[in-house]
Amino acid sequence: MSIRVLFFASLADVTGVRETELDSSPFPDVSSVFENFVREYPALGAHRASLMCAINLEFANPDSPVHDGDEIAFFPPVSGGWDVPAGA
Amino acid sequence: MYRLVREPINLQALTDALVCPEDGAVAVFEGIVRNHARGKRVLYLEYYAYESMALKMLEEVGARAKNNYAISAIGILHRLGRLNHSDCSVAIVVASPHRGPAFEACRFAIDTLKKIVPIWKKEFYEDGEVWIEGGN
Repeated sequence: MSIRVLFFASLADVTGVRETELDSSPFPDVSSVFENFVREYPALGAHRASLMCAINLEFANPDSPVHDGDEIAFFPPVSGGWDVPAGA
Repeated sequence: MYRLVREPINLQALTDALVCPEDGAVAVFEGIVRNHARGKRVLYLEYYAYESMALKMLEEVGARAKNNYAISAIGILHRLGRLNHSDCSVAIVVASPHRGPAFEACRFAIDTLKKIVPIWKKEFYEDGEVWIEGGN
């Protein structure tokens, strides 16, 4: 039961990690995965308000459920400005 | 054609790959690197992507453009890595039977790309470097 977690841009600078694997069982949703990393890297907390996330290459929300084998990515808004796409 | 590339963008090859005999118009947008930002001189910048998702979202941009406008083809190339002043960072080519939809789809595609494609840039100045993010 594992998930792959990716960090990009300024978030990768904070964690010093671009990619890691994690036991998925304690984490029901995307938000709980992120908060797990905030405990490890407190400076990540400053990115919470503008955080973007994706599950398996699709935009996701903090309360999106996490499943075994998922690839979960955390990243800041993209360079040109950001609107959450319709349906995300 | 949707690609993330590390070499200079070949605009003519992209256009040649898209245009068909029924087309009467080709609209091209090129985004290029400015030498200044936020009152500072930019020495160079670097583009980074969540590549698998960025490629998928480039295809999504193209699909939406084709869905919304009467165009026959669209292609998008985005550079990654280090770029200098005046280098082309992104190229969009739209071919269509008539010019109106080509212009409109090209504008739509760059505006949408900048909202949904996970690519970030870092600007390098004489006195440091800064991530440029949508929230800045």
